[in-house]
Formats: sequence, structure tokens, C-alpha cells
Amino acid sequence: MGLSRRDFLKAAAGGGLALASNLSPAPVLAREPVPRLPDALGILYDATLCIGCKACMAACKKANNLPPELCTPDSLWDDPVDLSAKTVNIIKLYKNGTGLAKDQEINGYSFIRQFCMHCVDPSCVSACPVSALTKDQQTGLVRYDKDNCIGCRYCQVACPYNIPKFQWDQAFPQIVKCQLCDHLIAQGGYSACCEFCPTGASIFGNVQHLREEAHRRLSFKPGEFAEYPLHRVESRHTTRRQATPYLNHVFGEREGGGTQVLMLANVPFNKLGFPLLPPESQASRSETLYHTLYKGMILPYVLLGGLFYLIYKNTTGHDLP
Amino acid sequence: MKDRNFDHLPEHLGLVSRRDFLKFCAVAAAGMGLPLGMGVKIAEAVASNLKKPPVIWLSGQECTGCSETLLRATHPTVEKLILDLISLDYHETLSTPAGALAEGARHQSLQENQGKFILVVEGAIPTKEGGIYCQVGGKPVLQILKETAPQAGAIIAIGSCASWGGLPSASPNPTGAVSAAEALGGKSTVINIPGCPPNPYNFLSTVLYVLTFKKLPDLDDKARPKFAYRRLIHEGCERRAHFDAGRFALEFGDEGHRRGWCLYKMGCKGPETFNNCPEQLFGDVGARSWPVGTGCPCFGCSEKGVGFAKPIPEQASLKYFTPAGVPFQGTEGIRSGGGSVCLTPSTAYPPIAPPEGHGPTTAAVAVASGLAGLAVGAGAVAALKLGKKEPSDAPETKKE
Repeated sequence: MGLSRRDFLKAAAGGGLALASNLSPAPVLAREPVPRLPDALGILYDATLCIGCKACMAACKKANNLPPELCTPDSLWDDPVDLSAKTVNIIKLYKNGTGLAKDQEINGYSFIRQFCMHCVDPSCVSACPVSALTKDQQTGLVRYDKDNCIGCRYCQVACPYNIPKFQWDQAFPQIVKCQLCDHLIAQGGYSACCEFCPTGASIFGNVQHLREEAHRRLSFKPGEFAEYPLHRVESRHTTRRQATPYLNHVFGEREGGGTQVLMLANVPFNKLGFPLLPPESQASRSETLYHTLYKGMILPYVLLGGLFYLIYKNTTGHDLP
Repeated sequence: MKDRNFDHLPEHLGLVSRRDFLKFCAVAAAGMGLPLGMGVKIAEAVASNLKKPPVIWLSGQECTGCSETLLRATHPTVEKLILDLISLDYHETLSTPAGALAEGARHQSLQENQGKFILVVEGAIPTKEGGIYCQVGGKPVLQILKETAPQAGAIIAIGSCASWGGLPSASPNPTGAVSAAEALGGKSTVINIPGCPPNPYNFLSTVLYVLTFKKLPDLDDKARPKFAYRRLIHEGCERRAHFDAGRFALEFGDEGHRRGWCLYKMGCKGPETFNNCPEQLFGDVGARSWPVGTGCPCFGCSEKGVGFAKPIPEQASLKYFTPAGVPFQGTEGIRSGGGSVCLTPSTAYPPIAPPEGHGPTTAAVAVASGLAGLAVGAGAVAALKLGKKEPSDAPETKKE
């Protein structure tokens, strides 16, 4: 190789300078955290109210016209084992030890629902290179547009909750995820899972109201009788039951920049299959990094120029005509 | 109510009280899914008929089970009603006269009631060798049916044999038994009331419907009245919860069978048989008085291609279970099932952690490493050969 020690140091110094000029004035965050939208819609899922009837799963399939998933050997039931391109909403079971007491971490069990959390600052939307996934400016729902999708599946890698699913068995596959029944909302309805939930474990509504409702529930003393709204957070139809203990944590209030789907449970959420996320969103961190590296395209040009220089230096007078 | 011809009622109905008669009509209307007021209309139609509608009941290859089931219809005193409501001009089992006298009654009724009588066919019709395997009065039933059917006001095939061949048509079908509709070559509309035996109230309701509205009830693609054969037995089954929960009886008398669990794995054909057995029940003796209720798997008697065709222990197909409950579209057209004919989640739950695939098996590793070894060897040989060529190329490059 014709690259001398001197040339290498020169190039390295030049690159370093360019990098320094690019990075030194950069702020800690390239963009502000995304605030919650005032009219954002979401769901509050309360695992202590859930009885695991799976009415939400059946209703979800019907509302979204999804095929059954035959996972048992005799193909008798629609029995998904995890979220998939055919299942965008699933009830799972946490079980520990004897598994006898409901909503207890030790020797107990808890149901948990898994579906799209509709993040305030969604990683999938940030990672999507073609705006196939978009966040509604009004309701904050994360929607998918199959006409824009190029099938790169970056969203699958980006999502911290492992929600977007790819149709591996289709010739023209799409990404499938919960869109909070936005087709029903457009007709004046609301999410089918909440409409069919018999116990009020899933309620639909404005995220601000859902947060207030979640904190109201956290304030209940275990054993006292309380009213729980059914179907919608503002509903006058309520169910009266004895409050059970809650973990003092509304999942989704701060996690990863916040989500529009909020969760309550009495078992730590990392045991229920949820990741432990920092308060700032992954999208803001990754976008900060990338926007810094590509700021004004200076760094890529410097890198490219350096490479050109090296190649030119080493090839001139030898192989080129 | 006085002006509505109910005054004639006592003359017609003999021992049936006016109250019992109206009650029966209301129940029949409810059974057909008609509004309650229709009961009055049915009663009116029956009571205003000064001449009782004549019925000719032909018997082919049958066991008389369908006649028997009708005789055991008891609420409210239906055996009296059916005997007094209609003029049963010809019925081989129930006729008082016999021989030439009975045949004569049929001929007389045919001549008097051209296009007005109801023809009921019970039993399959043998067609092989001119239908000689079932003869009445020296005449093949096939011929009798073909003579009688064109003059009938309505034709009702009662029982599975008359509806689609039933037991006599079971393989190898030595007599070439076919249904009444097939024997008539599709020339006349035949209402099928399949079942082995069918529920008598499905038959009675159909007769009352025809009498009241002077038209046929809504029929499905197999010419069965929709009010009775619209839903799968599986949809209304009292053991359905056990199916959803995965609790199955595996053999007669086992733990699950004694506890009343789902009979699907014993060959219950409920998921592919359309009938209203779980709602209508049999014999008017209360809850569970139907085959599955008593612990016997449904064998699909009312469904062509299931009863007498599939082995009894064979598990039913779930072909009518559509994605998310959308109507089933088969070769015979759309069958609306509603949301209940879809595969529902079972009551088992997946664990929190998604299932992971197990690692590769030893055999797979061996095969893969063998292939990799081959590739490495081939690459090495190829590289060696390339190297050998180089000396011949080298002088040329040096020349340049």
C-alpha cells in the first residue's frame, strides 16, 4: 500500500477536525420531546379488572376482519400464542408458583393485554423511511398505509413493545398492527375491544381523562367499594366492585416518552412482558444521533472526500490510464 | 275476536279447547320466528277453513319413525289437532281401512282435491329396476309419487330418507334409493324436513305456515325451512362452553362424559349439522331431551353427506367456521351464520414470553456442516486451479 504514515495522519486529522466542527455545537437533544396531543385517544387497560374472557380478542378479529390462527394440533380454536399478522390484540397469562391468587406477583397470576401502545413519540414512525406509518395529528393514533410501505420492516426492529407484525405468508405482505379501530372511530364508534369488554378492564377515551381515571383508581383503598366505568371513560354505565391493590405505577404515562395506551396492574410490568424504558423516547435519542451525524451532510461529505482522496492517491500513476 | 270465525272452532277441533288451540298457534308462530300476533292469523286461517285441508301421506322406504314422532307431539294436544285440523285422507299406517278400500280413498281424494291437497312423502324412493323394491298395491312407489306429485298444492318431504335419501341410500345403496325431490326430477318444489326422525314441530310449523300464508316458508339451499335449519347445532349446544374450554369426553362413561363435557372428540357432528334440536328439544319432557343432551354425540342425521355417510366416531369438519364470523360461501351459495359461527379463542392462555423455536437438531447440524465442508473443499480446489493458470498469464502482463 502506498499510504504513508504521514498521509494517514493528515487524513485522520482532517476527519477529526470536521467531526469536531460538526459535533461541538450540537445540543444534547436535537429535537424537543413530543408533547401529548390534547385530543389524543387511547385505552386504559386494568389487569385487576380483566377476567381473561378474551371477548376483546374475538371482537377485535371481527371488527378488523382478521383470520383465525390455528395453533392447536386439532385446529379447533383461534388460539394465537403471540401477536402476529393475524392477531393484533392478545390476552396473556402471567403465572407464578401455585398461581392461585389473582393479581399477585408471588404464587399468583395476572392477565395482561398486549396490543399497540400508540406511543406519544413512536419509534416505528421515526424509523419508517417512507411514511408508511404515520401519527395522526389530531387523535395521535399510529396508522399504517400499505400503499407507502416498502416492506423494510424497520418498524419491527424499532418498536420497543414488538408490536408491528409482517405477513410472512403473503405474496404481497403488509405490516399489521392495532390501529385502535380507527375505521370505527371514523363512523362515530370506538374500539371494538372496549365495546365488548364486559368488566370495564379496557375503557376507551381521551388520554387526559384516562390518566385521571387511572390515578383515581390508584387512590382507592383496597377493599373499599368503587365505581368503574364500562366501555368508555366518560360512560355513565359503571360496575361496582371492591377495589383490589394496585402497583403504584401507570404504565405508559412516562415510559419511552409516554404512550396513549395506559396500563394498570398489581404485578411489576417487566414481569408482564413489558420493557423497562427510560422517560425519553427512543425516537428522540436515535433522531438526535442521526440528525447530528447528517447535519448539513458535512460529515458524510468529509468521509466520502477522505475516501476519494485515499483512493486517488494510491491509484494515480499505477493502474489508471 | 268474535267476528273472526273462531265460532267454528269447536266444530273443527273436537276436544281441543279454544284456549289450547290459540296457545298452540302462538307457539308455532314463535317457532317460525314470526311476530306473536301471527299466532292469531294462523288460528284464523285454520279456523276459517270450513273444509279441512286434505293431506295425502305417501310412504316409501321408511321405518314409520317420522309418523311416530308426529304422533308423539304432545304440546298442546297436537295429536288431536293434527287429526282434526287436517283431513288425513291417506296414510298407510293410520288409515282405518286397508287394501282396496284405502287405495280407493286416495284416488277419491285426488280427484276431489286437484291442486289443493298437501302431499307428504315419508321414506326414500327406490329407482333401480323401475323402483320394484318398494311397491304399494302392486305399483312401485316411484310411479305413485310421479302420478300424485303434479296434482299436489304443496309437497313436504318428512325425514332424512325423503329429504336426501337417508338410511336406504347409504352406500352401497342396493335399491338406488333417492330423495323425493330427486325422484321427481326437480320438477316440483319439495320442502325438506330432514331428521331421523325430524322434530314434529318443524313439520307442524311448516304445514301451518303453508296453510296460513298460502306460500312456502323461506328455504335454504337444501330446501329446508330456514326457521328451523338456519343454525348449526354447535351454535345452540348446551355443551358449547366445554368445547371452548377444551373439556372433552373421550369415550362413553369416562370422567368427562359423566361430567357432561363436549362430545366433539367422540364424533359429534354438531359443528357441521344444521338443525334446531338444542332449542326445540324432543318429546316435550324438558331440558336435555335431545341426543347431545343425553350424552350421545350428534350423528348428523339431518345433514346430507354426514348422517349415514360419515363414520360415527369421525370428528366433524369445521368447514362452516369462517374467519371472524363472515357468512360461509360454499358452492351452494352464501350461508349466513352470524358472528357465532367463527372460530373463537379457547380458554387456555399463552404465557407472557413468546414461545421460542428450539435449536437445530444434531442431524441438521451434521448435514449443514457436511455441505459447508464440501463448499470449502470445492473452493480450495478452484483456488488451486486458478493459481496454476497464473504462471501462463503472468508473462503476458509483464510484457505490457
